[in-house]
Parts: sequence; C-alpha cells; structure tokens
Amino acid sequence: MSGVFNVLMVGVGGQGIVLASDVLAEAAALAGMDVKKSEIHGMSRRGGPVFSHVRFGERVYSAVIDHGQADVVLAMEPMELVRWSRWARPGAAACYLAEPILPVGLSEYPDGLEAEISRLFGRVVRVELSAIRRSVPLKVRNTALLGATSVFFDLGPEYLQQALKALSPRGSYEANQAAFDLGRELATAQLMEAADVE
Amino acid sequence: MLSGNEAVALGAWEAAVAVGCGYPGTPSTEILEALATQPEVYTEWSVNEKVALEVGVGASLAGGRALVTMKHVGVNVAADPLFTASYLGVRAGLVVITADDPEMHSSQNEQDNRNYAIAAKVPMLEPSDSEEARQFTKLAFELSEAYDTPVFLRMTTRLSHSKSLIAPFPDGGPVRGEAPIKPGFVSDPGKYVMIPGNARKRRLVVEQRMQRLTADAATHPANRIEWPTGEPDAGAKAPVGIITSGIPYTYVREVDEDVPVLKLGLVHPLSPELIKGFAEKVETLYVVEELDAVIETQLKAWGIACIGKDAFPAIGEFTPAIVAAGLGLGEAPAVVEPSFAVPPRWPGLCAGCPHDHVFNELRRLGMIVSGDIGCYSLGVLPPYNAMDTLLDMGASITMAQGMDIVAPAEQRGKIAAVIGDSTFAHSGITGLLNAVWNKRDGLYIVLDNGTTAMTGMQPNPMSGERMGREDSFSVDYELLARSFGIPAENIGMVDAYDIGGISNAIETLAERHGVRLLVVLGLCLIEGQKLKRLDKLDDKKSARRELIYLNPVGGKK
Repeated sequence: MSGVFNVLMVGVGGQGIVLASDVLAEAAALAGMDVKKSEIHGMSRRGGPVFSHVRFGERVYSAVIDHGQADVVLAMEPMELVRWSRWARPGAAACYLAEPILPVGLSEYPDGLEAEISRLFGRVVRVELSAIRRSVPLKVRNTALLGATSVFFDLGPEYLQQALKALSPRGSYEANQAAFDLGRELATAQLMEAADVE
Repeated sequence: MLSGNEAVALGAWEAAVAVGCGYPGTPSTEILEALATQPEVYTEWSVNEKVALEVGVGASLAGGRALVTMKHVGVNVAADPLFTASYLGVRAGLVVITADDPEMHSSQNEQDNRNYAIAAKVPMLEPSDSEEARQFTKLAFELSEAYDTPVFLRMTTRLSHSKSLIAPFPDGGPVRGEAPIKPGFVSDPGKYVMIPGNARKRRLVVEQRMQRLTADAATHPANRIEWPTGEPDAGAKAPVGIITSGIPYTYVREVDEDVPVLKLGLVHPLSPELIKGFAEKVETLYVVEELDAVIETQLKAWGIACIGKDAFPAIGEFTPAIVAAGLGLGEAPAVVEPSFAVPPRWPGLCAGCPHDHVFNELRRLGMIVSGDIGCYSLGVLPPYNAMDTLLDMGASITMAQGMDIVAPAEQRGKIAAVIGDSTFAHSGITGLLNAVWNKRDGLYIVLDNGTTAMTGMQPNPMSGERMGREDSFSVDYELLARSFGIPAENIGMVDAYDIGGISNAIETLAERHGVRLLVVLGLCLIEGQKLKRLDKLDDKKSARRELIYLNPVGGKK
C-alpha cells in the first residue's frame, strides 16, 4: 500500500518496545488515521529479540511490515538495528540507543558497528544512555527514544503527547512526558548539527 | 485499538457469555485475561484443556454461554470431549477458540486446526482483524445456538497479537446483550448421554446439521465476495480471482486492492454453491491459505481448478511479499544487506532465574534429561545445553519411563525428568501415577517457580491462587506423592538457590530405587516482583521455606 507510513521498533525483551509502539499507534488513531500494529509475545520475551510493527495511513490492510518497507526504525540496541535493517527501505531513517546488550556468549561486537549503521540507513539519530540518565529515570528510556524518533514521523507531536498521557502507567506520566521532550530535543539538535556540517 | 485477543473477549462479553475457561498458551492467553476483568463473567484457568472444554460443555448444557480458549496444541488435549461434544450439541452457545501458531513463534509444532473442524464436524469461523474477531465471536454464539453445535473460532498468532481499530461504541460504552437462553439444566438423555445406541442417532443429527450448514454457508454473513472494480457481466470473466480467509486476506488486499476476492469467514463447512459461483466468474482462481491446503483440497475434490500450494508455501507464516510472489505481482523491494553476520540472540532463562543451577548440575552429572514445555524448555539452549527430549505437555515424566524400560544398565540411573509446576498439574501427575503403579524406577524433578511463567504469570493448582489472584488451595506435593505410594525417603524438596543442596539431592536420589520426586522451589523473579507489589511476597517465601524444612531430601526429620 502506498501512502502508509511504516515504523519498526526493535529491541531486547524488557526494554518497553510494546508500550512505545502502543503510544505511537494510539497517536495515529487520535490523528484520525487507520492504524495497525503487530508484535509477537511469548518465548521471544525471554531475552530474545523483540519487535513491533506500526503502520498508519488512510487505509491499512496488513499489520506487518515487509522487507524493504520500514520508513523509520527505532532500536533500543545497536545490533538489533542492524539485525532488522532488511526490513527498512533504502535510505530509511533510524534512531537508536547506543547501549550494547551483548547476546549470551559474546564478549564484544565486531568493530565498525557505527559505520555499518551509517551505511545501512539514511538520516540517523544516536542517543546515548548517559544523555537520558542525566535528566530522566532509565525506566522511561523507551519514551525518550520514541520522542527522538518522532522527528521523523508523518504525525503531529501533539497526538503523541495525548497518547502518552492516555497510556502512561499510573504515576509515570510526568517522567514519560519529560523523556519524550528530551528525546525530541536531542534528535532535533543532532539533525541540525549534521545539516550544518553538510 | 484492541488486539485480536482482547477483541474476542469483548465480543464474548457483549454476547453475554456466562463462563470463560481455558488453559494458558501463547498466543491464546490474553483472551481469558481480558475476560477475567469483567465481573459478570465466571472465569477460570482450568487444570488443562480437556478439563476446560468439559467445564464449558457442562455450562452450555446448564444454559450459560461458554467460551473455551486454548492454543492449537491444546486442542489435541481437548480432542476427546471435542469430538463427542459435536454429538451432544449445546443448549446455550459454546465457542471454542483455537489459537494456531503458523511459524511456530512459541510452539512445538505448526498444526493447522482447520483439520479439527473437519474431523470433529464442528463449524469454524476465522476473522481477519480485531473488529472481525469481536463480531465473529458474537456470530459464533448465534451460530452455536441456531445449529445446536459447538463452534470453533480460529485465531492465529498474527491476529491474536496484532492491534487494529474497532468500530466505535455507542455513547456510554460497550453494551452487554441479553442471553437468549435462561439457565437451567433440562434432562435429555437421548441427546446428552452418548451410549452407542444414542450416539448412532446423534451421528445422523450431526450429519444433517453439517448439510444444513453447508447449504446456509452460501449466504452466511461472515462470507463475502468483493468485486472492487465491479462484478463481470453475465458470461464475462475477471482475469483473476482469489479465495482466502483470516490474516492472509489482509496480505492479499495489501498487495492488490482491485482483485476480486471471495473472503471466507466461515472456513468450515465450505459452500460449494458460493465457491462455484465465484469460480465461474474468474479465469484464474487462486486459493491463498496459510499452512495446509484445506480449502484447495476441497475445491479440487469438487472439480474446481485452482492454484494453491503450487504457488504458496505450506510451511510457515505468510507475509505480503510471499503473497505477492505467489500471485506473480511485482518485484521484491530493494534491501540494503548488512556487511557482517548479525550474532544470534537466543531466548534464555531470565538473568538470575533461580532454576538455572539445576540445569548446570544436571549437565555436570551427565544426566539424560527428559524435558517438558514451558520456561524450562530453554534448558536445551546455551549456556545450559541440558535437555535431551521435549515432546508435549507432561511427556517428561512418561517418556523417562519408556526410556528406563529399555535403556542399558549404565544409562538407567542417569535418566531424569524435568517439569515445571503448571505442566506437572496439567498432565504430569497422571504420568507420576503411572510410574508408581507400574513399579518403574525414575527421578522426576519438578522445578516449582510458583506460577505459569512462560505465558505471563497465570496461577495454577500448585501456586495457591486461582484466576484473578484470588487465594485458593495449593496441592501439597508430599501428600500427593505419599498418597500415590511413594515412600517418604524418595520425596524431597530443596531450595533452588541451594546449589550444594541440589547437587546432593540429585546424587542421593539418583542412587535410590523406585519412583523419586524432587521438588526444587525457586520463585519466578517476575512473579516475585508482582507478589511484592501485592504485599504477598513474604508470606509466599516463608510458606516455601517451611515446605523445604519439612521435606528434606532423604526422608523427614
């Protein structure tokens, strides 16, 4: 389907991918669009890769994003971004948390992971865990990444903020809101800096 | 927005369902969890799927609409009552959810349960999105009562765990309908007591019912033909037409908005009238179905030419790209390939899981481990590499018996079964009874983490809670084993964190004869966090410490 915007969110179990994708899907619905999202729960949550597909637009049939289709990829872990790169269209935007979580049995990643990410994607926003930790609790790092990724969305940030308010677990709205704003600021600053260099 | 599973629960609630029961299993679990939040509905996690279906049949005969949920392999467990429930029929509607798992995201096989609908002579509906899941659940209850039959609703992982928009509620939110049948059991032995003489009569009723359904399927509201660019004139044909159902329908529409489609919502029985009518209006007919060639085989038996598994895989989940390739549409989109192999990330026991010591110890001792379903199936993966067989729920204890019968002497003392607490209650206890009765030798280890963890923390008969975390009884392992005739010195309990104690227990019990039951108690970390929030953690921990104190390995103090 043309005219459908595809966001792929990936990470490792327990990083809040499901909530972040729920917020995005709800925001798209609030904006009056058709929306579907798909993820797999179950065995994969036990430390395996976790993903969520969010698709929104005028009319959405399939809930899944195919190879070469994602317009934006949000990754909570750098190697997971590379793992799912086949799902991205050439030149897709990416936003990732630069905090490796090594698979069991691996002591380090191959060199050149950052360069590989630059090669695989178009515009890239890299979020440091320390930048999040300075301002908001680590628990809401998923929302910080959602805020950072939102600069690439074809969707008004006001809808995302409404959805965040509706879906934040009790007592966590302020932290989530702060994380979202922080992520958005970080991404905006980074993209402006990149544009200046060019 | 609702997931497919949440939408089924909503549809059942709107249909005034009285009873919801099932056994947890991905991808079906969230249906009952959602229904359990509704106070008007009695819900339970049953001991296993057979029990759940029988509770559901009883509720139906007593006049309450019942929803029974399970994953695809759960239907194997429930198959015994299922095949004869079709003879009994219903009083109030009885709907059985089978949640199939194409691609085996969280399952041991990929069986296509549409085959059960055919074999058990039970109609089956299959929705394509959340709103249809909601509406088809309501239709399923109506169909059940109108045709006096249990009805299957088939979900798949992709449907169960995808979210899509549902039709808006009227002002004031969703409305729970009135149940058309009033509660009350009405004796009717000819219909409800399946001795052979009655069963032969009901056999005819079942056949007549399926014939009636086959005829009525032509106009059933769950089936529809879509001619997006207009129906061909009389005598003319569209170049291509597609018959599909469920999630594959969404992929067909994703890759071709204009192609004529016969979308089957009622996937059993199929209507020859409807299908022949559609087939006659298209030049080339495709059948797009995931897994087995169920629809295709029926069409070919009717002499309708179609392209099915010649073009589409019979294994694994479809994607829009697979459907497009099968239909010969377009090129695969461009993809940038990574320049190095991405390291695999295997699932594993959670970091800090108390039960990892047991697996390390079993491997160290060179045991042959007969494993079971649930979290502990992960014991086969690195870093444990400590599981040798895995078949189905409860098979650890029984397969160990079979191995022990024929294994050479040097292997016999090295065989151990490993099973979780919920699986033990589901179908491990019968295996334990079998072992004692048949005077077998065997070391059977229950890894009790206090919950049904793999599917997301459901209570079970060993955990002391029932649905909704309501306090209930928990089975006493020691009394159970003693009542079976296992001597006290062959029963032991040990703390999962007591590494030396576990080594000692396995070594001590491995040298004994007869059936030996070792219970390793270590609370699931995620369950522990939940209990802490409910202020139940300390009580739970002290009760478990007491069990270990009272039941040391090697006999009571």
